[in-house]
Amino acid sequence: MWDYTEKVRDHFLNPRNVGVVENANGVGEVGSLSCGDALKLTIRVSDNDIIEDAKFQTFGCASAIASSSALTEMVKGLDLNEAAKITNDDIAEFLGGLPKEKIHCSVMGRDGLERAIADFRGEVVKETQGNVVCECFGVTDLEIERAVKEDNLTTIDEIIHHLKAGGGCGKCHDDIEAIIHRVRGEATMEIIKPVRMSNMQKIKLIESTLEREIKPALQKDRGDIELVDVVGNKVYVRLQGSCATCSKSQITLKNHVEAKLRELVTQELIVEEVK
Amino acid sequence: MRTIYLDNNATTRIADEVLEEMIPALTNLYGNPSSMHHKGAEAGAPLALARERVASLLGALPEEILFTSCGTESDSTAIHAALIANPDKKHIITTMVEHPAVKTYCEDLEKKGYRVTYVPVDRKGRIDLNTLYANLSKDTAIVSVMWANNESGTIFPVEEIAKKVKAAGAVFHTDAVQAVGKVDINLADSAIDMLSLSGHKLHAPKGVGALYIRKGTRFAPFLMGGHQEMGRRAGTENHSSIIALGRACTLAAEKMDEENTRVKDLRDRLEKSLLESIPNSFVNGDLENRLPNTCSISFEYVEGESILLMMNEFGICASSGSACTSGSLEPSHVLRAMGIPFTAAHGTIRFSLSIDNTDEDIDTVIECLPGIIHTLRQMSPFWAEAMAAQGK
Ligand SMILES: Cc1ncc(COP(=O)(O)O)c(C=O)c1O
Ligand code: FES
Repeated sequence: MWDYTEKVRDHFLNPRNVGVVENANGVGEVGSLSCGDALKLTIRVSDNDIIEDAKFQTFGCASAIASSSALTEMVKGLDLNEAAKITNDDIAEFLGGLPKEKIHCSVMGRDGLERAIADFRGEVVKETQGNVVCECFGVTDLEIERAVKEDNLTTIDEIIHHLKAGGGCGKCHDDIEAIIHRVRGEATMEIIKPVRMSNMQKIKLIESTLEREIKPALQKDRGDIELVDVVGNKVYVRLQGSCATCSKSQITLKNHVEAKLRELVTQELIVEEVK
Repeated sequence: MRTIYLDNNATTRIADEVLEEMIPALTNLYGNPSSMHHKGAEAGAPLALARERVASLLGALPEEILFTSCGTESDSTAIHAALIANPDKKHIITTMVEHPAVKTYCEDLEKKGYRVTYVPVDRKGRIDLNTLYANLSKDTAIVSVMWANNESGTIFPVEEIAKKVKAAGAVFHTDAVQAVGKVDINLADSAIDMLSLSGHKLHAPKGVGALYIRKGTRFAPFLMGGHQEMGRRAGTENHSSIIALGRACTLAAEKMDEENTRVKDLRDRLEKSLLESIPNSFVNGDLENRLPNTCSISFEYVEGESILLMMNEFGICASSGSACTSGSLEPSHVLRAMGIPFTAAHGTIRFSLSIDNTDEDIDTVIECLPGIIHTLRQMSPFWAEAMAAQGK
């Protein structure tokens, strides 16, 4: 049984603002019957851009209903620009938290709101215009990119919990993985990698690259790596867990660890193993 | 709040008679049945009785019964044994609607080089026998078909299948975890080679099961070590639970009639009333060949978890498919294999009764559920649409 908060239970058992707003001037629809959850949010926005009324119709589990109910309570009376800033985290927080497998319910709320606001403004939400990556749940590449960036997601499981994408047949996993890599690769490149580095900067960058880019992959196979020392361009590391006894560890070291460090830190690096 | 427990395919309450026989095993009879002293002998005697009792319910010989830790272990042991004992054969036939105990194991075997045929089912959950027979070959080591499905309750013609499989030279195993105690089983007259059962589905504790292995069937143990179970399963016996399982089997034999009359009538009344009072609902499974205690019913345009949690407010316990599949995002593999329309697959509820249920239990569900479905439909964006489309 899910560990729902009292607030989730309350908004599920006594949902607020069920129905369709009369004279609505913004409608946001997300999800479908086959996906297992769907939300239709209707809002009425006043001449001075205040959300005067908001109602929902939701098909889905308890947390989907609670998230929708919470959303309507949160946006009523808000200025449109303020409402547009509401994130899925805000919705989850309003409810006192959601089980991690149910985060997609709060994402559905956020998406519904975004679409209702776009509809009012006569715009379309950019993310819905992408290419569908996950056919089971109709999720586009742009939606996945956004979730990876904004919610800092790194694994398929996290994507499944947030967007449901990948939670069906699984045939889209490679594509999702590629998007995660691409977006996160770009992020690392953008943020760090100054042109000339001090020794201190170099060591820090080596450390963060190991943490972010290398360790997660090794840990997936129950391995791990530890940074021992950096002397000039020589990086001394110790392999741990299954990596320490793996016959392919030298290949991992050169093709994966060294290649990644060279790509993200500097081309001159040489990685050596300390036993 | 009174509990109305209608999730007996997930697990059952330990019967009072069963618990009573368990107590001495948990207190005085603490010897190891393998030991050469009076405490050992004292513990060994009720174990032998339990074996006889299980055998008797199945129409088998005591030496054909192997005690295990659960239904899942029985299933794994059976498939593993058939493959080890027939090393030249690399093909397995099973169905698309098996419990994960069989399904996931077979999927794993595929990765290890075995070929697996998953026989499809029709809208009523009946397996396609022609496909099954057409795939039987010299390379087929084992055919594993459940006796009754845990979600739809559909009963499969396993005795008929077993004969054909035997003629083709393969081993036939059946997962009878849901069938034992509800369906008359007489293995002496059948061609079934192996059969799995689980204690907690028949009012014995969780964590005990049995595997029937027909005398003469080639076997290889799954757990190796000590000599327990005639060398077929090492490990000191789960003594008290095995004794409980034995008693549960005699109880099941005593109550089999009641399951098929009183319990079945309760189920039928529940089903009929819900169909009448709730529009856009339908029952799943093969209504002519179905477990007497199981009712799988779909409600269009609403979602199962919401239904379960609202029913829980009234003390009603049911399930929205196999408990193992909860937490996944898709309707269960059984409902998908049956091709339940997507308008209803997410809104499918399984009620599973037992001899513990009363008329009053059923009355409460009949009273509460129509209101729950109505409330959820009023919230569902699709209900209004569907009604508008129908001109209502
Ligand atoms: C058909 C079927 N097979 C196997 C099992 C697994 O039994 P156990 O829980 O004892 O491992 C179950 C129980 O859910 C079942 O319904
Ligand atoms: S296509 Fe993404 S899970 Fe099936």
